[in-house]
Order: sequence, then C-alpha cells, then structure tokens
Amino acid sequence: MSQNNLQSDSLQNPRVTWEGCSVLLDINDGDRLVFARLTSGSTLKIGNKKFSLRPLIGCPFGSLFQTKNGKEGPCLSRFIPSTEGNNAEEKGDCEIINESRDNRAIIDNNKAQSLTGEDIDAMRRQGAKGDEIVEALIANSATFEKKTLFSQEKYRLKKQKKYAPRVLLRRPFTRSICEAYFKKYPARIGFLRVDALSLLLSMTNVTAKSDILVVDMVGGLLTGAVAERLGGTGYVCNTYLGGTPQSMDIVRMFNFNNDICKRIVRAPLNDLRLAQSGTSKQIGTHEDAPDMESNGLTSSINMEEVSKSSEHKVTDLDPDANVSPTSKMSKAPKAGESASQEALKLWGENGFSSLIIAAPDLDPWSLVKDLLPLVSYSAPFAIYHQYLQPLANCMHNLQLGKMAIGLQISEPWLREYQVLPSRTHPCMQMSAFGGYILSGTRICSS
Amino acid sequence: MLLIDPKKKLSFSRCIRDGDLVIVCEKHDTMKATKVCEISVLQNRFGVFKPSDWIGKPFGSKTLVLSHRTQILYIADISFVITYLEIVPGCLVLESGTGSGSLTTSPARAVAPTGHVYTFDFHEQRAASAREDFERTGVSSLVTVGVRDIQGEGFPDEYSGLADSVFLDPPQSWLVIPSAGKMLKQDGILCSFSPCIEQVQRYCETLRSNFTDIKTFEVLLRMYEVCERQMDCGQSDEDVSLGSPPYKRRQCSNERSKVQENTSSPVIMARPCGESRGHTGYLTFARLKCQ
Repeated sequence: MSQNNLQSDSLQNPRVTWEGCSVLLDINDGDRLVFARLTSGSTLKIGNKKFSLRPLIGCPFGSLFQTKNGKEGPCLSRFIPSTEGNNAEEKGDCEIINESRDNRAIIDNNKAQSLTGEDIDAMRRQGAKGDEIVEALIANSATFEKKTLFSQEKYRLKKQKKYAPRVLLRRPFTRSICEAYFKKYPARIGFLRVDALSLLLSMTNVTAKSDILVVDMVGGLLTGAVAERLGGTGYVCNTYLGGTPQSMDIVRMFNFNNDICKRIVRAPLNDLRLAQSGTSKQIGTHEDAPDMESNGLTSSINMEEVSKSSEHKVTDLDPDANVSPTSKMSKAPKAGESASQEALKLWGENGFSSLIIAAPDLDPWSLVKDLLPLVSYSAPFAIYHQYLQPLANCMHNLQLGKMAIGLQISEPWLREYQVLPSRTHPCMQMSAFGGYILSGTRICSS
Repeated sequence: MLLIDPKKKLSFSRCIRDGDLVIVCEKHDTMKATKVCEISVLQNRFGVFKPSDWIGKPFGSKTLVLSHRTQILYIADISFVITYLEIVPGCLVLESGTGSGSLTTSPARAVAPTGHVYTFDFHEQRAASAREDFERTGVSSLVTVGVRDIQGEGFPDEYSGLADSVFLDPPQSWLVIPSAGKMLKQDGILCSFSPCIEQVQRYCETLRSNFTDIKTFEVLLRMYEVCERQMDCGQSDEDVSLGSPPYKRRQCSNERSKVQENTSSPVIMARPCGESRGHTGYLTFARLKCQ
C-alpha cells in the first residue's frame, strides 16, 4: 500500500486521541463505562475524587491509566502493565494441578485484615501507590495464604479495583458503543444487541457507495453503524414520519470526520415519496433543528449527554458539568443535514440499495408498505423488532402482496465463554434476547 | 454483486445485461450463481432455461418459485466477525486459511474501496480456485491470495505493523499468534475461529502474553416459520375424534357449515423451526496490547 493510502486511512481511522474527540472510558475492566469528550477542562470522577482527562489527550486508544497522587493532587497517569503479572499467572497455572488448599478453615468474620482504614489513609498521604496498598493489604491478611489460588486472584483483583482503579481508553466504534449501551441503557437502543446489529448490516449488504434507507429509532446507533461501513461514500438517509425527526445523539460519539458526516442525511418520508412520484412541488425544509442545535455546544457535551434520560438510574455516571462552554476546541462536524434536492431526485429515479428498519415501537408492516417502494428491485431489506407477532404479520402480508422473496424471520443467539485453565465454561451471565429480524429481497411484481 | 463500479449500481432502470452474474433462487434451499451470456443454458430440476431470456428484464423479476435458505448457517458468524474486528473502508486485513474463500468475500466488501485483504492458504490449488471465485464475484481488486504456510512461516514481514485486523482459521492457530502480534497495529484486533474447545483453550493461553480484552463467543441463528392456521376452539363435533390432527378437522368444517362456530378465523402464527444448527465454531477475539 502506498504511503498516501496509509495516511488517509489513519485520518479516517485514527488510533490516537486528539483534543475534542469522543472516547469511551472503561473503568475497572467493564465495571463502569463512561462516554466522554476529551477537552482540557473535562474530568472524571472515581470514588470521591475528580481526575482531569487532560493526560489522555494524544495517547493511543487502548492505553491504560492508573490513579496517582501527583504533585498537583490526584491525577491519571499512563502506565504499561508489566509482564510480571503474566508470569505469576503462568506459575499459578502449574500450581493448580497440585492445589490442595480449600476453604474449610477460613471463617468469614471480618477480622482477617489487620490494617485499618486509618493506616491506609496514612499510607496514601505518604505517597504510597495503589499497588503498594494492595500488597500491604495482602501481607496483613491472616487468611490470604490459606486461600486457594483462585480465591487469592479474586481477592487481589477486588482490592486492586478499590485502591488502584484502572481506566482503559477505548475507541468509540460500532462494537464498543453498542456494547456499552446494551449493558447500561439497553432501552435507549431498543435492546439491539451487537450481533443483531451486525446481522442487519450484513443482510442488507451495507458497503461503500451504497445508498441505504434507514428508519432509526434507536438513538442513532444504526445510522452511525451504517455510516461507518460506508466510509465516506454513498449515503445513509435517515427517514422519519411526520414533521420532526427522531434523535440521533449516538452518531456524535463515533468521531466521524467531515467526509462521513456529509453522508449522513435526513429526509421526511413524504419528501421521498414525492421525489419518486416525480412531483416538482417545492420540498420545504422542516423544523428539524432541535437535534442539530447541540452541535454548537459540543464543548459541553460530556458524560451529561448520556445521563439525560430520566428513565434510568444514573448510578455510574457523574453529573459532571465542569466543562466550560467557552473552552476552545475544534467543533465536531455536523451530521444529519437535510438531504439535498439532487439526492432526493436521484433516489426517486433509482431507488435505494437497501432498507433497514429499527423502530421497536412502530408496527413493521405499516412502515414497510410505505418504504419498500422506495427501494430498488432486487434490493435487500431487514427489519429489527422486539416482538415476533408484528414481524410474522408483516411477513405474511409481504408474501400475499408478492412484494418480496427470500423472506425469513431469524433470532440471533449469542453466548460468551470464560476460557481459563481448568475453569472453562460459558459465562454465568448471558443475554437471553437480542431481538428478531425479518429479512428479504424486494421484487418487481410484474 | 459488489457495487464498486458506480455504473453497475442497483436501480429501477438497471436491467440484466449480457455478462452479468446473477443469482437464481430455485427453491427452498438452493441458490445458484449463473453468468448470463447469449448462448448459455441453465439446466436444473425444473427444466432448461435460457438465461439469455432474462436479458433486458429488470433485476428482481420473478421467474421461478422463490424462497431460499442457503449459507445462512454462517452468516451469523461472518457478520459478527466483521463488526467485532472493526473492519471498515480503508482497513488492511490479513487472513490465514483461505479455504473456499466464502469467508473472505465479506471482509473484502467491508474494506472497499480503499482497503485490502491479504489472504493466505498453503494449498496451491485452493488458492487458485479462490482467485477465480473472487474474479467472478468482482472483489479481485480488493483481495490478494498468497500461497504460504502461515503456521510454519508466519505472515510476510512486509505487513508488519500495518494490519488493522487479522483473522485466523488454521487448525493450530496458536502457532500464528506471535506473527499476528507483529502484523497488527496497536489496539488492532485478532480473531480466531475454532470448532473445538481444546483448541480455544490452547489458543487463549498463548494469547495472554501480548493481547488483552480476550473474549470467546458462540453465535447462532434461530429460524422461525410463519403460517396461517385455523385453531380449533376445542369443541369436537360428533364425527371427528379429539385425537385427529387439526387440518383434518378443518376439512370437515369446510363441508359442514354447522361446525363453523367451533373454529376461529385464520390467524398468523410463528414458531421456531424444528431443525437447527447446534454449533459452527468458537470465535475468539483479542486486542493487541499497547506498548
């Protein structure tokens, strides 16, 4: 690959953070997930302390940070985990075969630890690092040596999370965004699980230079995922019924550059139909400003934006409003402009390459019968829904009307495994449901 | 068809032309890809069809009984891998174990138009036939097939530090981990597909030194069938025993109007298909640690 290609790729696919970019902070290995925007003023609250996010700017995604008592107070500092920890684990793996310990002599009376809270505070004041505190706790535990190796690991991990919390800097991508929302606020994304979302993208052939028609009532996650796969070519047209478009907040977390943002457009359903019927009636712009006004306040978009919903408990999200709206930073590019007249005309003449519907609260048939005519013949479509019956009815009607072939209702099933020596099994927790998908191909009923 | 060439974009006016590759859906479980050309003939269990008859007809025209169910068994795995490997336009993807090439087409489409997939197989003939397939499906500009023993030699050095994602499908994938680690960019993602859990265990052990965020999944797709049934209300008429199957009762009720009140109007119902795929393989993903 030429040098030019590599450069343009890194522009589209940056692996290092920059001021103003959106990031996903993973605290203590998935215990807490926070979306944040990196500005010189933004902070993150861990325990009862606030940490500035400035040290994270300019670091590669995937970097790990630890809390530290710096000269100016508590701060986050980047660290590279040593391979020593791995050696201990490998040694542990060998010992497991000879493990003879068990917990019969261990009494759980809260008296095993001889270090008091005051001792720990004193250590902190003297500048002890989190890891040192953990080691001290282990050394002062009367029962530690009696525990099995697995229990020791669990104990160490638990203390580490409390006294030496780690922050992982993650890149917001379809996968990480979907997983974070599914874990913390699944209702916001209509319980669309990452494997279901992947299927929607594959079943409808979302690739570069396609024009995808989308009904996105899952906060913008679907639109963002499609735009990511289009990579700055083609279009993803987010359509809506009525006068006001639905929110597309999640799109802002993707860190899309200008090229990609330009490809995300919106158009009310009526305009699309009019364009197809060839009416030369003036298609006016609608009052779809409400979502876009927030682009002017991108600097103040912090963890707040995720916590706005009143229906969710915000236990792990800080109502952190410490970012001053006047902080200077690059404005995030705008996505979701109204589709241009030329685009509408083109789609009216040629149709869209495919259709994806993710509208958990609407009836699929009533949507599909209006939207399918806008899609080219032989184009694939996929409808995501949480309930089976509406999809069954929709499928039946499509069959009767001879509007589609290859109709199929499928339910994605996903199971994670824990793979560890002598401890391999499916994870105890499992997501039992990721929705249903009705897929098919539009045909020309001649 | 891959829409790299904008002139070939799907549209209402786009008709089947000489030289096009079309997919013919024959029945329930068969789909065939056929190249349309003036003199060819398509022979199948339904008779002889001349694909040249299709020239000029719009795509999506119905000529045969249609409903298909092919290759769905792996679409769940393939679609999940593409998303989890974070493959987007412009990415560089390395693959070991081209096999039939059916898995390669999807990453190829995902990296279009500026990215590339380098896939390797140690079997010369398989590599050659995979190349032909990629020509036919129109992704040959995005895929390079190499003949190489990845397990023994690792990936070529020229790609060191350039790969966004690596996909492994050889029998002893743990042997390739060090090489994959060299190829990947920081925070790049590695995926391995293994049918057996022992392979997965061995693989994960080796991963831990240089990789993090290790996750193993199983992905499956459950199908549903939809039909229109008339459900009986439960009151049997004197001539039909309770044990007889529902369809038989419906036949009787059609003949005798007095039985009408015992049946309800037809209802659309769905239920899972009885046949299902139990297992395809375990997918293990990991990210290269930041140095």
